[in-house]
Amino acid sequence: MDRDAERPDPDEETERQSEEDAAAESHEEDATEDSHEVDAAEDSHEEDGDEESDEEDEDEESREEDAGEESYEADPLLQELVAYLREKRTDLREEWARRINEADLLGVMSDDEVFSEATEVFDNYVDALETGSIENLQTYARELSERIIPRGVETDEVLGIVLLLRDVLARELFAKYQEDSEHLNRILDAYEPAANRIAVTVGVSFVEERERVINEQQEAIRELSTPVLQIRERLLILPIIGVLDSSRARQLTQQLLAAIRDNRAAVVVIDITGVATIDRTVANHLVQAVEASRLMGARTLLTGLSPEVTQALVDLGVDLSMMQTVGDLQGGLEEAERLAGYRGPRATDETRGAES
Amino acid sequence: MADEVRVVIADDADLVTARAEARAIAERLGFPRPDPTLIATAISEIARNIVVHSGGGEIVLRPFEDRNRYGLIVIATDRGPGIRDVEAALRDDYSGRGGLGLGLPGARRLMDEFELESDAENGTIVTMKKWRYRDELARLREERRRRA
Amino acid sequence: MSVAILREGDYLIAAILSDLTDKEVVKLRGDLIDLVGKYRSRGLVIDVSALEVIDSFVARALRSIVLTVQLRGAHAVIAGIQPDVAIALVQFRLNLHPLRVALDLDSARTLLDHLTSGEAEDGR
Repeated sequence: MDRDAERPDPDEETERQSEEDAAAESHEEDATEDSHEVDAAEDSHEEDGDEESDEEDEDEESREEDAGEESYEADPLLQELVAYLREKRTDLREEWARRINEADLLGVMSDDEVFSEATEVFDNYVDALETGSIENLQTYARELSERIIPRGVETDEVLGIVLLLRDVLARELFAKYQEDSEHLNRILDAYEPAANRIAVTVGVSFVEERERVINEQQEAIRELSTPVLQIRERLLILPIIGVLDSSRARQLTQQLLAAIRDNRAAVVVIDITGVATIDRTVANHLVQAVEASRLMGARTLLTGLSPEVTQALVDLGVDLSMMQTVGDLQGGLEEAERLAGYRGPRATDETRGAES
Repeated sequence: MADEVRVVIADDADLVTARAEARAIAERLGFPRPDPTLIATAISEIARNIVVHSGGGEIVLRPFEDRNRYGLIVIATDRGPGIRDVEAALRDDYSGRGGLGLGLPGARRLMDEFELESDAENGTIVTMKKWRYRDELARLREERRRRA
Repeated sequence: MSVAILREGDYLIAAILSDLTDKEVVKLRGDLIDLVGKYRSRGLVIDVSALEVIDSFVARALRSIVLTVQLRGAHAVIAGIQPDVAIALVQFRLNLHPLRVALDLDSARTLLDHLTSGEAEDGR
């Protein structure tokens, strides 16, 4: 990980702290209102523990309170419109599916699939309107994303269908309440913030799931691109190709040391033919990898240093005398085999052997 | 979020405890290797200082997290006589034998952030932090934020 | 028991079994120096594979043991430094030079064989 030597913003931390404190306080208030036993202990750890079990017991109650706190006056209105939307469930779902088709969204899915997902989304949407709770919605949105991302559904499609649903339901509300504009306004006052929050929740869940998938793929690629290979007993080679950054270098070191231990390697060849440039941080990581290998009894040869890279290392003040470097991989392998005892008599060079 | 852990440091047996607790909490927080070992090693040095140079103290291991990062704050306090020359103590090769003196420069190298306050009245407080980005995207997010 | 010390012919094998207190480290140092003298051991292996942390105190003690037994004519090898510990030592800049190290007990014995037979030094 490349770290700027910047410290976390102390103001940020205090802000976060007071947010956490405020949240803790409101939890406590909920608990006492329901006269659940809370030890008036000084130790804040105990309070946290109680809060957690309190929360589980009163999850439903506090959710209702939350929903109530947010749109207290509109609460009966939400109930009213939710009841109506449920009544018209079939029609609305059909209308929505039709508009999805019209807008050419979810092309990768069959009509049946679209319908079944639409049903689930609709029901979850209306539930979320009713309860004001986005937790269930988040869970559903994540699961939905897990299903459709591998199918190739794009972000704009997901946002698109959620907004279409919002429109379909809004139109329906307009149609029903158009006679009484004051009532309609109050209905919309209740509906709009809830509907918008739903759209954001679903969109964000989808994007976050995508990010998670991309991360996983990147990890997998990284693992593949720093393989440590055993080419002979006790002789490992680690070819490095491409961009070598701090986090990759760290991963490389871990893999190398684990391989030394697992293969009981005596000699390691690190080949950097495929690395174009190295900066100071990475050079340090390499040196540390070599030194750590030595502490595990393995000698390291660095091969494939281009004149540019060699010069860069020298300029960076890297002590190349601590490692053995050979210009090309072939020469390096030969020397490595010799060191590992595979070729000819062992040299009597006093820098060899398992000296730390 | 895991709770904080407090280790009393009175004698050298407590160093064993401190090392074990440090590794345990680091692993619990999800630090990838070799971080738990690095953290435990740094804490070992600081804890020994407490035993050797003061009558005793304590070490608090406090997890923290924000949107992009997670980490551990280590706060080591003692009521000893304080370090007379803090600057020298933090300089490498304080004891003249490859930094094997107070171990402070070494501990600093193992952690991401390191602060030390020391005087005869209040003793010594060492605050160290180690943290990680949650993932690549969090790192990018954080870098963008800092550049803005 | 925190350290197991075995005699294998000319060699003395000390296996550290768990994290040691400073006092135990100091005691270990004394015991090993005594035993190497008593048995006239030609080689000493200190197996640190059970140590999850090696800090400056332990490093100093290891160096002290090794240098002292060398004065008594024995070769010494530190065996089994764990990967994470190796990284910590390097990052800390705890120099174990000129101590000899080996991957594990077997490698350490092989190394001692080479050292004590006066042959050219080679890790395995």
